[in-house]
Amino acid sequence: MSDNRPLNRVVSVRGLTRRFGSNTVLNALDLELEPGSFTALLGRSGSGKSTLLRTLAGLDPAPADAEIRVPASVAVAFQEPRLLPWKQVWQNVTIGLPGNGARERAERALAEVGLTRHAEAWPATLSGGEAQRTALARALVREPRLLLLDEPFAALDALTRIRMHALVLDLWRVHTPTTLIVTHDVDEAVLLADRVLVLDAGRIAADIPVEMPRPRSHGDARFVALRHRLLSELGVEAEVIREAA
Amino acid sequence: MSEHALGARGALAPSEPLQARLPRIDLSRYRRFVSPLVLVLLWQAASMAGLIAPRTLAAPSTILASAWELVVSGELPRHLLVSLGRVASGLVVGVTTGAALALVAGLSRLGEEVVDAPMQMLRTLPFLALVPLFILWFGIGETPKIALVALGSAFPVYLTLFAGIRGVDPKLMEAGKVFGLDRRGLVRHVVLPAALPSGLVGLRYALGSAWLSLVIAEQINATSGIGFLINDARDFLRTDVIVVGLLVYALLGLSADALVRAFERRALAWRPSLVKG
Ligand SMILES: Nc1ncnc2c1ncn2[C@@H]1O[C@H](COP(=O)(O)OP(=O)(O)O)[C@@H](O)[C@H]1O
Ligand SMILES: [Mg+2]
Repeated sequence: MSDNRPLNRVVSVRGLTRRFGSNTVLNALDLELEPGSFTALLGRSGSGKSTLLRTLAGLDPAPADAEIRVPASVAVAFQEPRLLPWKQVWQNVTIGLPGNGARERAERALAEVGLTRHAEAWPATLSGGEAQRTALARALVREPRLLLLDEPFAALDALTRIRMHALVLDLWRVHTPTTLIVTHDVDEAVLLADRVLVLDAGRIAADIPVEMPRPRSHGDARFVALRHRLLSELGVEAEVIREAA
Repeated sequence: MSEHALGARGALAPSEPLQARLPRIDLSRYRRFVSPLVLVLLWQAASMAGLIAPRTLAAPSTILASAWELVVSGELPRHLLVSLGRVASGLVVGVTTGAALALVAGLSRLGEEVVDAPMQMLRTLPFLALVPLFILWFGIGETPKIALVALGSAFPVYLTLFAGIRGVDPKLMEAGKVFGLDRRGLVRHVVLPAALPSGLVGLRYALGSAWLSLVIAEQINATSGIGFLINDARDFLRTDVIVVGLLVYALLGLSADALVRAFERRALAWRPSLVKG
């Protein structure tokens, strides 16, 4: 607390290095997130996005030489919903919460993600989108100050993904958690975030603000320009971009 | 296409109340019982024709009559209660021990090192081969019988529950941790429910093993129980009573299995196969 960093940082990471054997995945990485911001973390597959997220979530032990500050209340949604199959939807939402009024809180959170009718359903009966919405409700019911999303929509079909994007933005506006979404989808990053980070060679290689009013459209010239810039940051050749378009 | 389907449903609609009053019996369900029934009838015919001597195998009609007699006289219920008591005590001891050891070995590395190696070694031993030792250790009273049932049921429960605990999806464990479950919470809300299905499979094996142990145990100088009934009948060449005893063993095994299945349906209602089926 004694250093000269601005105080309005919910997350601050200094000098985070993670190695698996001889493979240095994160290399003296620095990261700061402002309260209530929505940040997307882009990177190639295997670039260490999940490793960074897991460290922030406290799932991996923080290396002693790194300085990591995260708020006490952190919630995560993973690529797979990771619901407990033997608990009904509402019980999954309140897992780990103290008992008082848990059911009511779960019902409210489920209403927000449009799953009121499914409160007593078994997870096995949910569609992929419904399961992922349950996972979002489970994260939000905790009113986290930091919300970490690790490719939460990667396994969903395109239409469901569009609905989930809108839902996540709505929830973010209402609850204003500092949000970090990991994705390998450039469009998703530009569509959702205020700021896009590119992870490469173990560091934040690019830090690009997204200054476009929401809702954003893929056809917007700024959208297209930003998309191209990010793709080239990710090392995708210009011809490939043109071909795909 | 859809019109056709609608028309067909419309045509069926008036007969619906009738169907409700007279539930139609699906004969195909009973077809599989035809061949056993024919066999029993053939057996009865052969007995009546003198082709099967009563001291070889009694006629089905004789067996039925003897069964009725044994029930009415109270002899069968008395022996049945004794056998049930032995299985129940043995199962309680065996299942509790097996489950406790599985928890110790499954939930801690140290526990695994201490418990699992000896259990894996012991399980390769056919436990029925221990009968002579058990007689030496426990005499010929109730103790060796119950101990044999306990031993036979402990291993299946241990092996399946241990495997179930170790097979818990690490991703679910991680999710539990992230959402604030402490170690006790993880065991209660994640590990145990995840291990329950395989534990219940183990319980069914344990029941089967318990009956087998009982059959063997009741050959050890018993003075009561279904096994005694059978041995006693052997001395008097009463094949009818022997078959009654065998039928009782079979019925007990079946009902125990049905009991566990019923419990499974309730406790595992969340499983996809049960949810959708
Ligand atoms: N527990 C682990 N043990 C060994 N290597 C790992 C482990 N976790 C991640 N890695 C390696 O670290 C690299 C980054 O992984 P990850 O963070 O999952 O990438 P991303 O999420 O960006 O696709 C990969 O090469 C992966 O193989
Ligand atoms: Mg990843």
